[in-house]
Amino acid sequence: MELLCPAGSMPALKAAVENGADAVYVGLKDDTNARHFAGLNLADGKLQDAVQLAHQHGAKLHLAINTFAHPAGWVRWQSAIDRAVEAGVDVLIVADISLLAYIAEQYPHIERHLSVQASATNAAAIDFYRQFGVSRVVLPRVLSMAQVRTLARTCSMDLEVFAFGSLCIMAEGRCYLSSYMTGESPNTAGACSPAAYVRWQENSQGQLESRLNGVLIDRFADGENAGYPTLCKGRFQVGDSVYHALEEPTSLNTLSLLPELYREGIVSLKIEGRQRSPAYVAQITRVWRQAIDTLLAAPDDFHVAEAWDSVLASLSEGSQTTLGAYHRKWK
Amino acid sequence: MKYSLGAIQYYWPKADVVSFYRDAADSDVDIVYLGETVCSKRTELRYTDYLQIAHQLREAGKQVCLSTMTLLEAPALIRELSRYVDNGEFVIEANDVGAIHLLQERHLPFVSGAAINCYNQYTLRQLLSMGMQRWVMPVELSRDWLSELLAQEAVKDVRGCFETEVFALGHLPLAWSARCFTARSENRAKDECELCCINYPSGRPVLSQDGTTVFVLNGIQTQSGLRYNLINQLSSMAGLVDVVRLSPQKSGTFDWLARFRANEFGQAPMPLQADDTNGYWMKLAGMTLEQSEHYEQ
Repeated sequence: MELLCPAGSMPALKAAVENGADAVYVGLKDDTNARHFAGLNLADGKLQDAVQLAHQHGAKLHLAINTFAHPAGWVRWQSAIDRAVEAGVDVLIVADISLLAYIAEQYPHIERHLSVQASATNAAAIDFYRQFGVSRVVLPRVLSMAQVRTLARTCSMDLEVFAFGSLCIMAEGRCYLSSYMTGESPNTAGACSPAAYVRWQENSQGQLESRLNGVLIDRFADGENAGYPTLCKGRFQVGDSVYHALEEPTSLNTLSLLPELYREGIVSLKIEGRQRSPAYVAQITRVWRQAIDTLLAAPDDFHVAEAWDSVLASLSEGSQTTLGAYHRKWK
Repeated sequence: MKYSLGAIQYYWPKADVVSFYRDAADSDVDIVYLGETVCSKRTELRYTDYLQIAHQLREAGKQVCLSTMTLLEAPALIRELSRYVDNGEFVIEANDVGAIHLLQERHLPFVSGAAINCYNQYTLRQLLSMGMQRWVMPVELSRDWLSELLAQEAVKDVRGCFETEVFALGHLPLAWSARCFTARSENRAKDECELCCINYPSGRPVLSQDGTTVFVLNGIQTQSGLRYNLINQLSSMAGLVDVVRLSPQKSGTFDWLARFRANEFGQAPMPLQADDTNGYWMKLAGMTLEQSEHYEQ
């Protein structure tokens, strides 16, 4: 069972491999990946160094090229693939059918994983992507544990699941809420609720308000933890109630599901967070390394250590964690 | 220009659905999409009901397509999907690549729905080679994106092999989740939803705390808070768009069809309301409304 950690920079990559990541995923410094944030990701010239660093620690380097290529800019995505292959990355994480087809034709030897952005939630969808030589599918976070189990038992495809981090409540790659509000979406721009559209201001009652492109996302009382205004995590009014109409600001944490994920043969646990700091990556990697090693040593006698949970909670959005859709009741 | 009715996005009582399609049969709409695309628990109409309506519509001279589920999470849903795929008469609108896989296996033609991620000429060509006859553009794309895509060498030589369709009226389907937001809004668990979405035939509006309509909840689907309305952009679709899609509204759908037809070449534009939007087509944030020139004073 692989521990796959995020890195948005060389120091974060270093933190991941030094703390026990089996593999690390990165993106390039442009809109070819779904974490296209200012100051994040690897410049072209760094890709080879990143491969080297990962390999020195016996880890694999995955490159996410997981946005959808634009008509006139298609060559930008093509060139990202070409450069990645040249730099020697181990795995490409891809969602766009045209890019999968290009890789299958030009670089059939390169291992490619289906990005969560392709939103493959069922066996027929997974079968669809086999024609492009996909060898692993990253499952969307909308599936329950029972559904993950069914897929694991009925599909002869390696499966990767999200184990920890920010929680997308919508089927990834099929959510246009961000472009509806700002014009930029994960699919077209590699960003959700982009920072350039965020405004913080105090209203006349002294409350802190967060806005995205002018739309009020949330309002915070004194002393309340004010989170980033990701548009699906705001408090809105439905009927007479004001509440988190879509989702609370909370992080996904599947530590307690670890034995079950292992039993079902899930090949890789993905930690979300390429936008996070090297210190975060180091801490999170250390906890998950310990948890996986403990599990592998005695799969039938696994307990979540309190220390792990408290570290993870401290690193979580709103200091809260959830099993998300893995737990049927969440729905 | 042809006009289509998209699948009804909301959960309506059977009598309302039947009556809506009776009106559709009497209308001058060209293409009708039929079927449940949002939630498999909505069973006011079942397979045989849809087939019966499909036959009636075909006999009224309409081209009928069967629309299929967008978020397919369970094997039972794939089995149900197979029934639609194997109907033997009507073309399928695929809203998940799982459906495309089943259609491809059977060498059947299909319509690629707006929830299929086709953003460029090479993906479009791939879909064509799999049997796509019509491409419904993802809702977040603009006129410029469409025209740029269709101008690419890779599709120029096959432009005659497929039609393009654009969602042009109605609340935009923007996201799908494992969670049912309508049930959540009534403080019910999804498993005990009691199909409460039937009480919201136009969905449930979500407002910001200062009163802006942000979204509309429709079961597991989240829609645009404002109604997308491209009535004043029809003339800009010439040469790019073959089919204009209207999403069934609780009332007035066929009045809108008449207004759209009347303004096909820009001869009868309409002032849009504050709850209308056209941002995506204009390459702006989706929630933006740009009034057509006729109304800019």
